[in-house]
Amino acid sequence: MKKILVAGKVQGVVLKSTDPINFLGTVDKKTGIISDKNHHLFGKSLKGTILVFPSGVGSSVGAYTIYSIKSNDVAPLAMICKKADLTVATGCALANIPLIIITEEEFSSIENGIKISLDTDDTNLIHHQ
Amino acid sequence: MELTKQEEFALKGEQGEIMQMAYRILVATGEATDAEKLIPIEWTHLSGVNYNTIGDAGEEFLSSISKNARVKVKTTLNPMGFDIDNVSNYGLDENFISKQLSIKNSYEIMGVTPSFSCIPYEIFDIPKEGTQVAFAESNAAIHANSYDNLKTNKESAFSALASALTGKSPYSSLRKDDKPNITIQMKVKNPNELSYGMLGFFAGKVGDTSVNVSGLGEMDKRQCKAMCGGMGTSGTCAKFIFGDGDSDCEKIDFDEKEMLNIHDELNTAEKGDIITLGSPQLGLDEITELSEKLKGRSFKKRCMVFTPRTVKEQARKVGYTNELERAGCEILSDCCTCLTPLINKDNVDAVTTNSIKGAFYLKNSNGVDVNLKSLSQIIEDETR
Repeated sequence: MKKILVAGKVQGVVLKSTDPINFLGTVDKKTGIISDKNHHLFGKSLKGTILVFPSGVGSSVGAYTIYSIKSNDVAPLAMICKKADLTVATGCALANIPLIIITEEEFSSIENGIKISLDTDDTNLIHHQ
Repeated sequence: MELTKQEEFALKGEQGEIMQMAYRILVATGEATDAEKLIPIEWTHLSGVNYNTIGDAGEEFLSSISKNARVKVKTTLNPMGFDIDNVSNYGLDENFISKQLSIKNSYEIMGVTPSFSCIPYEIFDIPKEGTQVAFAESNAAIHANSYDNLKTNKESAFSALASALTGKSPYSSLRKDDKPNITIQMKVKNPNELSYGMLGFFAGKVGDTSVNVSGLGEMDKRQCKAMCGGMGTSGTCAKFIFGDGDSDCEKIDFDEKEMLNIHDELNTAEKGDIITLGSPQLGLDEITELSEKLKGRSFKKRCMVFTPRTVKEQARKVGYTNELERAGCEILSDCCTCLTPLINKDNVDAVTTNSIKGAFYLKNSNGVDVNLKSLSQIIEDETR
C-alpha cells in the first residue's frame, strides 16, 4: 500500500539497496557512508541521493543516526521503502527527510542510478525522468 | 490519517519548529501503524535517558530541542546510567558523566518529572480506568495495559517524546483493539518470580501485540512485574489478557520443557561474582519483603539493589535501608541493572540475578555472563 510518512518534494538520483538497512552500525553518522563490509552498498555515500531500500531493521536508536547524518549534511534527499518500520519513520520525521512507502511493483520498477522526482502533493508521488 | 485543522497547522509549522517536528513524528508513526487519527493522552513516560543507549546523537538532539521544547502533559522519565548521589564512587569516565548530566538537564528544562524510574506504575497515582497514556518503557507499558487498566501502545522513545510535547498519540494497535489470537496455558507447577519472568519472555516471543494467558493463580507484585519485564524484553507484545480467550484462539502450553529452553538461553554461568536485584526496579513492597528475608543474615558477596529515589526515601524512614545496608546491600537509585555502566566485563565475569529482563541486557549489552536464580534461592545460597 502507498503511504506518505513524511511529506516533501525533491528530485535526485536513486541509490538502491536490495538489503534492508540497520542505520545504527551500518551507516557512518559523520560521513553518511555505508561502513558495514557485509552490506552490498558498502563504501557508498548516502549524501544527496534518493535512497530506495526494502525497510529499516534493528535498534530504534538508529533514528538518531538518521538525525545525525542530516545534521552533518550527509543525508539522503528522501527515502523510499516498501515496508514501513518505526525506526526509519521516526528518524526521517526527526530529520525532516521525505519518506514514502510504495508497492512491490513500483519498488521493482525503480533502478539504481536513474533520476526521479518525488512530490507527496502529487497523486503519482514518483516521476521517472 | 485524518488530522484536525489545528493539527494540520502545527504540521505546517505554524506553532514553531519543535511542534512541527513532534507532529511529523506522530504522523509518521501513525501512518506506519495504520492509525486513522490522533487522540489525547494524559501521561507520557519517556525512555531514551541513559547515555549508554542514546549516545552522542541523542545527547546533542535533546540539548538542542530543550532550548524551546516544553512538555504539555504529565511526563515521567526512565532510569539513567548512575545514581546521582554516589557517581564518584564508581570510577566512571568523565565523558560519560558529563554527557549523562547534560541529558538529565535537557529533560528537566523541558519540564519532565525527573523520576528516573522504570516502574512509574508503582510510584505515581494510577489514573482512572481506560485512561489513554503513552509509555515508552516496555515493562511499564505492559504493566499499564495488563494490571492497571490503562491504554498504551509500546511507544518508541520518539513517539513518546512527541506525545509529551503535543499531548497526543496515534490511535492504533492496542489503543483500539486487543483481541489476541493466541492463548498461552501456564503449566509450570509452583512457579516463582523467575518462572513468571520466563513465561513473560516466552509470551513476548510467540505473541504479536497481545496474548491471553490462562492457568495463573494468585500472583504477588514481584511476580507480576517479572512477567511484564520478561515480555518487554523479547518482542513487540504489550498486553496480557487473563483468561482462556475465544475458542478459536491457538492454544500454546508453557511447560517445564519450554521453561528449560528459556533458562538455557539466558543462564550462562553456574555462579556470579556479584548479585543484582531490581530490573524492573524494586518497589516498596519488594524492599520490605527483602529486608524481612535478610533479618539476621548478610550477603557473602556484593549485592546491588536498584530502587527509585522516592521508594528509597520511604524505605529510609521506616528503617529498611539501614537493614539492607547492614546485610551488605548497595542501594542505588536513578539507574537500573539494565544498561548501567556500573557493571562491566572488565571487572565482573558473571552476575547472579532473579530478573529475566536484567539477564537479557546484562548478557547482550553489558557482555557479562548471567546466573539465574529466584530470590529465595539467592538468599539461601549467597547469605549467611
